[in-house]
Amino acid sequence: MNLTQQPLALQLAAGGAGEHRTLIVSLFAVFVAATLGITVWAGRQTRSAEDFYAGGRQFSGFQNGLAISGDYMSAASFLGIAGAIALSGYDGFLYSIGFLVAWLVALLLVAEPLRNSGRYTMGDVLAYRMRQRPVRTAAGASTIVVSIFYLLAQMAGAGALVTLLLGITSETGKILVVVLVGIVMILYVSIGGMKGTTWVQMVKAVLLIAGTLLITFLVLLKFHFNISSLLGAAAENSGKGAAFLEPGLKYGVSATSKIDFISLGIALVLGTAGLPHILIRFYTVPTAKAARKSVNWAIGIIGVFYLMTIALGFGAAALIKPGAITASNKAGNTAAPLLAQQIGGGPDSTGGAILLAVISAVAFATILAVVAGLTLASSSSFAHDLYVNVIRKGRATEKEEVGAARWATVGIGAVAIVLGVFARGLNVAGLVALAFAVAASANLPTLLYSLFWKRFTTQGALWSIYGGLASSVVLVLFSPVVSGAGTSMFPGVDFHFFPLENPGLISIPLGFLLGWLGSRLSKEEPDVKKYAELEVRSLTGTGAH
Amino acid sequence: MSSAPPSGPGPHQPPSGGTPETGPASADTVRPPPTEAGPGGVPYPFTEVQASGEFAELRHAHRSFAFPLTVAFIAWYLAYVLLSSYAGGFMALKILGHVNVALVLGLAQFLTTFLIAWWYSRHAAARLDPRAEAIKTRLEGDA
Repeated sequence: MNLTQQPLALQLAAGGAGEHRTLIVSLFAVFVAATLGITVWAGRQTRSAEDFYAGGRQFSGFQNGLAISGDYMSAASFLGIAGAIALSGYDGFLYSIGFLVAWLVALLLVAEPLRNSGRYTMGDVLAYRMRQRPVRTAAGASTIVVSIFYLLAQMAGAGALVTLLLGITSETGKILVVVLVGIVMILYVSIGGMKGTTWVQMVKAVLLIAGTLLITFLVLLKFHFNISSLLGAAAENSGKGAAFLEPGLKYGVSATSKIDFISLGIALVLGTAGLPHILIRFYTVPTAKAARKSVNWAIGIIGVFYLMTIALGFGAAALIKPGAITASNKAGNTAAPLLAQQIGGGPDSTGGAILLAVISAVAFATILAVVAGLTLASSSSFAHDLYVNVIRKGRATEKEEVGAARWATVGIGAVAIVLGVFARGLNVAGLVALAFAVAASANLPTLLYSLFWKRFTTQGALWSIYGGLASSVVLVLFSPVVSGAGTSMFPGVDFHFFPLENPGLISIPLGFLLGWLGSRLSKEEPDVKKYAELEVRSLTGTGAH
Repeated sequence: MSSAPPSGPGPHQPPSGGTPETGPASADTVRPPPTEAGPGGVPYPFTEVQASGEFAELRHAHRSFAFPLTVAFIAWYLAYVLLSSYAGGFMALKILGHVNVALVLGLAQFLTTFLIAWWYSRHAAARLDPRAEAIKTRLEGDA
């Protein structure tokens, strides 16, 4: 994020500035108090490992569908997509589509077999018919890497958002915010486990959908529910005319940017079904049928939400003074809050101040809930895959395991806070894209091969995970995301040789190829008995936990 | 009493008083709860179930539906991405007012996603769930 941004509060008329700040803080405090209450309540019922990791598997398909939506609709999709549409028009909308279509991979190929054959983590399924320790180590490593990148993006986003909305410009203030977000997140997860976290996700999803519905309704009302005139006004007010509604404004600039867009598209559509914090959600329901139902609910809820980003983004483009969005934040991240303020009656009005406060509080709630989900995913994997099954070789009591998971939460939360403090200035979009690319390159090939390919071996799994992980991280390291461009993390230096910002186009096929090659070249025979067991279990639910 | 005392939990106790409901071939078709039968355990039901015609039907019902459909929706999504990148003129054609081909195709992606989700769930309920349930019941029934 750009450090020279003007705080939004300064942009707002002086009359509303103080009020809206108090309002945002109090609304947010109410949210935190209520969710911490839920967490403590859930924590009292969390004793066994199954409670901590999987919320006791007591949630219904609908509840889990809501929670999945809560986990998935991050600040990047709420603030980021609205901003991207407001600035780049149609090209911003392309994100929404990739993020949604991706759910079909999860529905058709991953959710049900994963629920049937695993217990707590992605590593459970990957290690099922392989040599446990090396594969669990690899699965734990990629889970933690994906989650940390994603987590960093959210933490950096939280810092930037607070700066913009509350006018906190001092570095100490920003650090304090990151630390506070981290502490609340640690409390959610370590006390409430999966049960508490799931309820927090549900509350957040309802708030986010309600807030978005309200703004969408008000925007459409303004245009008499005529989409065409909304689009026309957006095109005109953007100053870019019809081109604003056509592809190419952002990604059509050069041959490289077009390929970059394809790479991004592939990573988005294949990454979702490999995101650890999404995968562990499927364990919170009792059966595969309920897992299917929860994905269907999630597709419905997330789909409606992304449809509304059209109204949010184009509404912001149509109604906010040209230049005001970029003046407030270069990436457009404040377009949605600015739109809320505008649609509520403008900067000077009470209505504007209230709506701005509501939407900002919802955005904070969004960040907090998503970081909690990510922390849970990585601490579960740390405790269950690495500590219990690798370090203790499966010889830990359940009490020790839950204790390890709680402490892992504190540890990972602390790491996230420290990294978040340093990541304050980093490019958020790059980090999220990287998380998706790693998930699609390292996790998805291994998952699909494990579930569907008889001849997959331990070596294949290791090559695929480490190869996909290493290639995507290395390619990003030497891409314009890190160095050599004005928008890089280190704009001053240039050591990039990979032209694309997103590594997916190379690293995803590589992950699949390495998994295949590693299995073909491996000396050990695939364990056909174990595969028989995995296949029968994953399709029928026999002996599911 | 003339019968010998039971000689421990041997795996092949003669079905002295049991009802022969499963027929003559029952000796190793339904055996222990599947959970802890490691690769070393002799009665290993999964390999048999996997090789059975019933399971082959279930597998076929899943794969022949899910795999081609996955290829199809990814191809349709990629076609849309490629059109956005390389067919700007076509995508810019206006259909109604300010609504152009690009937006309509984008909305069509939403629509197909909803439809595929609904279609798969219907297929699963009709073709997968009953088969899966039958095999599962049989495997766990003995437990």
